[in-house]
Amino acid sequence: MSDDLIIAVLMVFMALTGVAIARLHNLFAVVMLTGIFSLLGAAAYVVLDAVDVAFTEAAVGAGVSTVLMLGTLALTNSEEKPAPPKNMLAALAVVGITGAVLIYGTLDMPHFGDPNAPIHHHVAPRYLNDSGTEIGLPNVVTSVLASYRGYDTLGETFVVFTAAAGVLAILGRVRRPKRRDERAQTTEQTSGGGKS
Amino acid sequence: MSLDFPGLFNYWLIIILMLIGFYIVIAHGNLVKKIVGLNVFQVSVFLLYITMGKVEGGTAPILADGIEVYSNPLPHVLILTAIVVGVATTALGLALVVRIKETYTTIEEDEIDAMENQG
Amino acid sequence: MNQLMKEKIVLRVISKFLIPYILLFALYVQWHGDFGPGGGFQAGVIFAAGFILYALIFGVNTVREVIPAYATRALLAIGVLTYALVGVATILMGGKFLDYNVLAHEPTHGQHIGILLVELGVGITVASAMITIFCTFAGRAEDKEEDAET
Repeated sequence: MSDDLIIAVLMVFMALTGVAIARLHNLFAVVMLTGIFSLLGAAAYVVLDAVDVAFTEAAVGAGVSTVLMLGTLALTNSEEKPAPPKNMLAALAVVGITGAVLIYGTLDMPHFGDPNAPIHHHVAPRYLNDSGTEIGLPNVVTSVLASYRGYDTLGETFVVFTAAAGVLAILGRVRRPKRRDERAQTTEQTSGGGKS
Repeated sequence: MSLDFPGLFNYWLIIILMLIGFYIVIAHGNLVKKIVGLNVFQVSVFLLYITMGKVEGGTAPILADGIEVYSNPLPHVLILTAIVVGVATTALGLALVVRIKETYTTIEEDEIDAMENQG
Repeated sequence: MNQLMKEKIVLRVISKFLIPYILLFALYVQWHGDFGPGGGFQAGVIFAAGFILYALIFGVNTVREVIPAYATRALLAIGVLTYALVGVATILMGGKFLDYNVLAHEPTHGQHIGILLVELGVGITVASAMITIFCTFAGRAEDKEEDAET
């Protein structure tokens, strides 16, 4: 019961942070609030027994992602246009319809924490029961990630590699040596003029 | 299809978070704010999957003596991959925003549209 | 006036104190992913966070002297190759692709070795990817500042 209360309080805080992100115009504050949002999400994951996921979310969402967004803000302006969104009513209508459809979809779902839910009956019991004897590692998430579903993790490593290569292709600069030569030329000219 | 309120309350809270993220994406013109909204949306989707994987009375899926009930590890694996892929796409999106700023000198969507329609 | 970050004594001392522990913690998370929460991804991100902290305080050029551009590019590829080559090694030893049982005389030992190598590859790739992405963003910001000054 107290677990449910903690999760509900955390989600209410996340909703307040989300509304603040939507309303603020100063992008620096928005980026900081995104870091807070990810950290609250990581806390919610811990209460929901997903410790590996919480670790990754805290490191990636509240760490690297915030730093990258701040780097982007250093390269662009840090203030959003203060005009309110032009088509706010249309956006709210679309959001409302989507929300109604989603809530209608959840009416068929099993209750929160139900051990008889279909999700717990296919492959998961086999992984939990046999991971100790077949692989011998205590952390079932690592054994599923690296051994039972190792092929997917290979694809994910390729995705990370591609993202780094993509950022290098989009933003990498190759004119550094030329600029060093240019700088050497200009300092030669100015120092030559000053000395002689 | 009973309207059992307490059992589904968590899912409805998560859907509210998803809708906030969705609103941020579609209702704002600033590109960085759209990427922020996408991150908010992603975190709430991950929360939905992890909530589906929780078993009442279970603990984290790390095998230990004396513990009988564990939470489902499969959504955890799926979401681990999804988080890393999410940060990869965020990094690429932010790199594109930087280049758009250098080309158009603005990152507001309507100003970019106006420049595209003129030129 | 506005000092550079590396001239502010508190930041400099605290970051020099913390960075070794951050890197050590990353290695701990990498190898203990089998026994507790952790593994390749988390370790790679924390390792990159140590380098990113160093770059934030002392500048991108300084961190590029520690880990030059060709090294991060090479490590990106080496991590992915480690993972794929473990799969190829299992084929050469008679099993299927990424079937770790054939890597040692006993299946559970083979699984341990396979998971260790694979998580190492993932950790290397994720760490170099995060360092590359951050240094690309920050390098461009420093170039822009230099362009504005000259």
